[in-house]
Amino acid sequence: MTDSNTPGTPEGPAVGQDEWVARHEEHRARHGRLYSLVEDRLRWVPWWAWLVLFLAAFSLLPVFETSGYVRRVGFDTVLYMLLALGLNVVVGWGGLLDLGFVAFYGIGAYTYALLDSAKFGIHLPTPVAVFVVVVVGAIAGLLVGLPSRRLTGDYLAIVTLFFLQLFQTVATNGDNVSGHNLTGGPNGILNVDPFHLFGHNLVVQHGGVFAVSYLYVALGFFAVVFVALRFVNQSRTGRAWRSLREDSLAAEAMGMPVNWLKLMAFAFGAAIAALTGTLFASLNASVFPLTFYFVLLITVYTMVILGGSGSQWGVVLGAVIVSSLLELLREPGKSRVIFFVALAVRLIYAARRSRALAAVAVATILFGFVAHEIARAIDPSWVAGEKDGGFQGFVDHWVIAPASPARWIAPVSYIGVICLALLVTTLRGTARLVVLVPTLYLAAFVWENVMLSKPEPARYIVLGLILIGLMILRPNGLLGERRVEIV
Amino acid sequence: MDTFIQLTIDGLTIGSIYALIALGYTLVYGVLKLLNFAHGDVFMVGTFIGFGVLQLLGGTSNPSVPVWLLLTIMVAVSMAGCASLGVAIERFAYRPLRDAPRIAPLISALGVSFFLANSMQLLFGAAPRNYDIFSLDNASLYIKGFNIGNVHVALLRIITIVSAFVLMLVLWYLVNRTRTGKAMRATSFDREAASMMGINIDRVIVFTFVLGSALAGAAGVLQSLRVPTTVAIGFVTGLKGFTAAVIGGIGSIPGAMAGGLLLGFAESYSQGYISTKWSDLIVFSILILFMIFRPQGLLGRADIRKV
Repeated sequence: MTDSNTPGTPEGPAVGQDEWVARHEEHRARHGRLYSLVEDRLRWVPWWAWLVLFLAAFSLLPVFETSGYVRRVGFDTVLYMLLALGLNVVVGWGGLLDLGFVAFYGIGAYTYALLDSAKFGIHLPTPVAVFVVVVVGAIAGLLVGLPSRRLTGDYLAIVTLFFLQLFQTVATNGDNVSGHNLTGGPNGILNVDPFHLFGHNLVVQHGGVFAVSYLYVALGFFAVVFVALRFVNQSRTGRAWRSLREDSLAAEAMGMPVNWLKLMAFAFGAAIAALTGTLFASLNASVFPLTFYFVLLITVYTMVILGGSGSQWGVVLGAVIVSSLLELLREPGKSRVIFFVALAVRLIYAARRSRALAAVAVATILFGFVAHEIARAIDPSWVAGEKDGGFQGFVDHWVIAPASPARWIAPVSYIGVICLALLVTTLRGTARLVVLVPTLYLAAFVWENVMLSKPEPARYIVLGLILIGLMILRPNGLLGERRVEIV
Repeated sequence: MDTFIQLTIDGLTIGSIYALIALGYTLVYGVLKLLNFAHGDVFMVGTFIGFGVLQLLGGTSNPSVPVWLLLTIMVAVSMAGCASLGVAIERFAYRPLRDAPRIAPLISALGVSFFLANSMQLLFGAAPRNYDIFSLDNASLYIKGFNIGNVHVALLRIITIVSAFVLMLVLWYLVNRTRTGKAMRATSFDREAASMMGINIDRVIVFTFVLGSALAGAAGVLQSLRVPTTVAIGFVTGLKGFTAAVIGGIGSIPGAMAGGLLLGFAESYSQGYISTKWSDLIVFSILILFMIFRPQGLLGRADIRKV
């Protein structure tokens, strides 16, 4: 063999080894020395140690932070983490786009509410109720998964989306099924029992503050689900799922029970969602149909995609990030800080590669001060808008904020900033840098004057942008596996 | 019998609008094999553009132009606005993902849909907007018309149905009788082969989005002439339009028209004869059955998967 591609020679990868894999070290070296060093050290820490660390950190949260609000957010974050883990089974491992996922969450919550509330006077013991709910969720998942035997890709997505719509219709109109009130309709089901474990009712509030008991129970659920999924993922089933995701046709040719695997993925995801539903229903003591709808679906999807679908730690991280982000964006003061910090981080990150971007940042800041001074010279009311919260001193002298903006300002500036931002992505070279300056400033203007006062849509606009941006720039998310595309 | 005629006309009106929306899905799916989730929200933006134009021209109580011109301008501006929106969405949210795994543009489309709906809510609030056509020209659009038996068919409905069908005819002409239409059909048949034959794929795709989104804009105005609009209607209307496209056989243009009408009738009859509340359930159950037992739809052709 005189071929230069003999195994082991530096010229090429060994036979049977993918080129991308062979050049792995080289790829990593590009990240810089420190990064690889840290990565190598971290790899030695076993997964269970990470889990213990993570749980410990989370359990200490209520010790250091006694406000009920933060505890409540912590609890909601755990619910999101559970949902993200469940969705990860279907989307990340099974590769099935399940847009009805939150309906299973709803089914779990509703089933628990029916089994443990004053509605029909049934009060099952909590462990029994939870068990029943999980089984019901899994069966619902199987049923919805049935069409997946014949449908692939987008068709499956649509059928599951219709399932979500069906769930909504049934839950909303279920207050009059031939005279019987089953689901309470739009008013939902009230007075759902709290969890009753080891002879105690779990209290939601303790002296007017959110009690920690639910947080710990939720963390317990999370630990169990996480470990169970980890074992499933490393079992035959888990490996089969991944092969299904990569190429279901090839998997079938290898003799894998493709249809059964798809159903299993659906059932697993649905069971986890239903389990999470019990926590939700018992904590809130009520369930309403609209909780389980498109907004929640997109939120959970953003978590999974941002964290990196397919990676358990990734989706947990995604859940933590998105959940805290959504909370922070609720308050104008904090969301301003988020905006400017995100902008600064992005610029600094980009400036590592090109010095010109540093110039852009400086130019933008100067531009802002100048524009602000000019505006004030023309009419002081243009800069007299209210500005509370973080970075107040800076924003006071930098962003133009009219005291009573005309009605056309919001749509025009908003659409303007979108057009400018899109323009920036098409330009190259100096033109791009020049346009970037007013774009950044206009973005700050819009954020201050249009979006801060309406946190509800603004939060979700950010989610939508994250989803689109991620798909284009980094579809594997933060911790997702880099997929090697074999053409 | 009167009820039946009334419901049939209702079904025809709703169905022609669903058909317009379904065409947008089917065109894009035909060329890109992409399920454009944002299409319903493009429709929603169209309803708002129509509303804005109506306000600019003086509102229904005191319009500055004759009624027919007013309606034409509303539809035309909405079509133009939606077409540019569609092109922007294609250029910035879908084109970078054209060669990505199929799940990626779907998720991007979800993001676009969410982004559009919430942006509109940010700018215009969640309150419903009513065109209030009733006060236009002393309700002449409602009073004029003709009678079938005891059933009065208002001019407004006739306008809706006729303009929808005219638009579909124009589309049919564009797709089947022009060079660009031929390029579209070729691209839809086999994108790679079409590009080797010298067809500019990017241009064809942009053209497809222009057509589909313009139809959605027209549908938005036509629908809002009768029903108030909100920023939230995009999701459900999009779902219905997609249902129509799938029932007819996604990718097939006559299929989308047939599917839209069928869906309109199904909805109207089930509302009239069974229950208003459960009509959505019935419609979507039909769809799920269709998907399971005849996924290629009424007029679509079954995909043969090459390995």
